Amino acid sequence: MTQVAEAPDIHQTIKETVGSPFTHKPKLSTRNVDVFYDDKQAIFDVSLDIGNHEVIALIGPSGCGKSTYLRCLNRMNDTIPSCSVTGEFRLDEEDIYAKEMDPVLLRARIGMVFQKPNPFPKSIYDNVAYGPKLHGLAGNRAELDEIVVSSLQKAGLYEEVKDRLNASGTGLSGGQQQRLCIARTIAVSPEVILMDEPASALDPIATATIEELIDELRQNYTIVIVTHSMQQAARVSQRTAYFHLGKLVEVGDTNQVFTNPQHQLTENYITGRFG
Amino acid sequence: MSNKMNHNMNNTEQVKRSLKKRHRQERRFILLGKLSVMTGFLFLAFLLADISIKAWPAFQQSWIQLDVTFDAQNLGVEAPADEAALKKGNYRGVLKQSLYAMFPEVSARRDKKALFKLISSGAEYQIRDTLLAAPEMLGTTQQTWVLADDDVDSFLKEEKMRELQQDDRRIKDNQVAWLDQLSEQGRIESKWNWAFLTSGDSREPEQAGIAGALRGTMLTILVVLAMSFPLGLAAAVYLEEFAPQNRWTDLIEINVNNLAAVPSIVFGLLGLAVFISFFGVPRSAPLVGGMVLTLMTLPTIIIASRASLKSVPPSIRDAALALGASKVQTVFQHVVPLAMPGILTGTIIGMAQALGETAPLLMIGMVAFIVDIPQGITDSATVLPVQIYLWADSPERAFMAKTSAAIIVLLLFLVTMNLLAVVLRKRFERKW
Ligand SMILES: Nc1ncnc2c1ncn2[C@@H]1O[C@H](COP(=O)(O)OP(=O)(O)OP(=O)(O)O)[C@@H](O)[C@H]1O
Ligand SMILES: [Mg+2]
Repeated sequence: MTQVAEAPDIHQTIKETVGSPFTHKPKLSTRNVDVFYDDKQAIFDVSLDIGNHEVIALIGPSGCGKSTYLRCLNRMNDTIPSCSVTGEFRLDEEDIYAKEMDPVLLRARIGMVFQKPNPFPKSIYDNVAYGPKLHGLAGNRAELDEIVVSSLQKAGLYEEVKDRLNASGTGLSGGQQQRLCIARTIAVSPEVILMDEPASALDPIATATIEELIDELRQNYTIVIVTHSMQQAARVSQRTAYFHLGKLVEVGDTNQVFTNPQHQLTENYITGRFG
Repeated sequence: MSNKMNHNMNNTEQVKRSLKKRHRQERRFILLGKLSVMTGFLFLAFLLADISIKAWPAFQQSWIQLDVTFDAQNLGVEAPADEAALKKGNYRGVLKQSLYAMFPEVSARRDKKALFKLISSGAEYQIRDTLLAAPEMLGTTQQTWVLADDDVDSFLKEEKMRELQQDDRRIKDNQVAWLDQLSEQGRIESKWNWAFLTSGDSREPEQAGIAGALRGTMLTILVVLAMSFPLGLAAAVYLEEFAPQNRWTDLIEINVNNLAAVPSIVFGLLGLAVFISFFGVPRSAPLVGGMVLTLMTLPTIIIASRASLKSVPPSIRDAALALGASKVQTVFQHVVPLAMPGILTGTIIGMAQALGETAPLLMIGMVAFIVDIPQGITDSATVLPVQIYLWADSPERAFMAKTSAAIIVLLLFLVTMNLLAVVLRKRFERKW
């Protein structure tokens, strides 16, 4: 209720992003991003850099556009006919939305893990092997086996499923399914992994497993994670970006954002007075 | 505080009272449901029993044993005759002479005629084939089984015919006497009627079989399957997964739905005008029949397939796309396989509809009287439901049984197809 009442005011107060949205030599850089669903604007002039080998958390109240922004990065919004995206997106200086950029290749470089675990109704092995087969990453069966095993190991799932790689992926528990989805994403060796509330459907123990996993994955990948849990953001990320009603309000080191937010809206959200 | 407690108590009482009513409602509904199912089941059982009883005579056929003398003179051939000459022989005459020899007391012309009527008009071809198979029988007398006439067959099958007045039955008293005589000599037998399943249609009920219509139906259904499944699947996949959502696709969707409701006879007229008159596809053939039925089943398949594609969770598409699968790969490697059970069900339902369809086929000449069993999709043919329609319309008593027998064959065909559908669905079904 307060949100509705304050809305016009808020658009006034968010003139510019506070904090440090830009970094030196970013892995991903986005400038002046606007996103529309038909006539309705969902993202307003967002500029943000994502550094190499960092975990950045996107937080904010429901409906503020976190998922929308995330899906711009691997062009998943292309599949929504009503969605139009403008602005500049670069992956290592390459224009993501350029004509020459094939979304298929882009998505091999920027993987994605979804909120609800969505394994294919195939065997565990086939789930992980699908991506490498698709892109011809394995020359023969032995190489494919190798990729599957190492991906499952990196996702922390191998020990639990090594005896039943031919069992259906949908027969696993929720947490195992989500780790299977992560393994499936890793198997393609992406440079960036996007995660949209990867632990929101999981119990605390499964969540903890995923969080540990994210921490390990940071060695090799750049990770953008959307989360509703502030504790989770604090635990896994180095930087945090706070979105509000489609605008990027504040970006900064996670420590600093949580202990000393610059913007009133950020503070309200973090202290639980909002959203 | 006590006030609140009171209130709670009242609440519980209230719920309890309404609970009784709700339980009653539930029981009433379950009873109603059971009754509905029972009614449906009863009707089905009644129908099946009725048809089976009526059809039974069609699977039995009366035969009469004759002492056939293959006399060269009666046949009108020279003694050591070659096959061509034998083929042209007067077997009718041979049959007549053989019969008269067995009943020497019959002398009046009218009686002789009545006597000859006891056996099927196809008997002469039967004995011809017997002789052709063993030409050395020329000049000998052989005990040969021939088909009884359909009136004789009906008479023998129905006990109570005997009690009717002579004028009320087609078999007269003198014929009854001859039949009794034959029966005493063990010269009348009822045999399993294989011919019903192996021969084509005939004007004579005792010779008429279902094989032509059965083959015609198989060929037609094959044409329908070969055309409507790929077309329907492609259309459904395109409309559901690739086509932009705009006014044109809305229009197409509405039209597809409308087509599903168009009376089938209209498709028959369309087929006549377009396929036969314009494109010159041979009429009366399974090819054109299949094409017409394809028009009819396409909307069913498209609608069922689209519904099935729609029910595949979007998360599966997202998963494949996010891994870098192209749109086509996503659709054909994930979405279509998952939708396959529903698509197959829709296809089989469409096929079953097509299988039972008569009206459009009448329009394209598949109602013609065709004796030969069709060998290919361009031969003239008829199909089971049309055969049923034709036989049901025939005056001869024996065709009544044939009609029911044909219905049973059609039902068996349907059951086989549905079983196939279940098996296929089971094979394609995956656990989520
Ligand atoms: N496919 C769509 N079509 C139209 N509007 C959409 C679509 N997806 C999202 N929106 C709108 O865009 C805005 C941002 O949505 P988005 O899903 O990005 O929010 P979010 O921050 O991810 O929310 P949540 O935390 O609840 O997931 C919302 O107002 C939403 O209603
Ligand atoms: Mg979201």
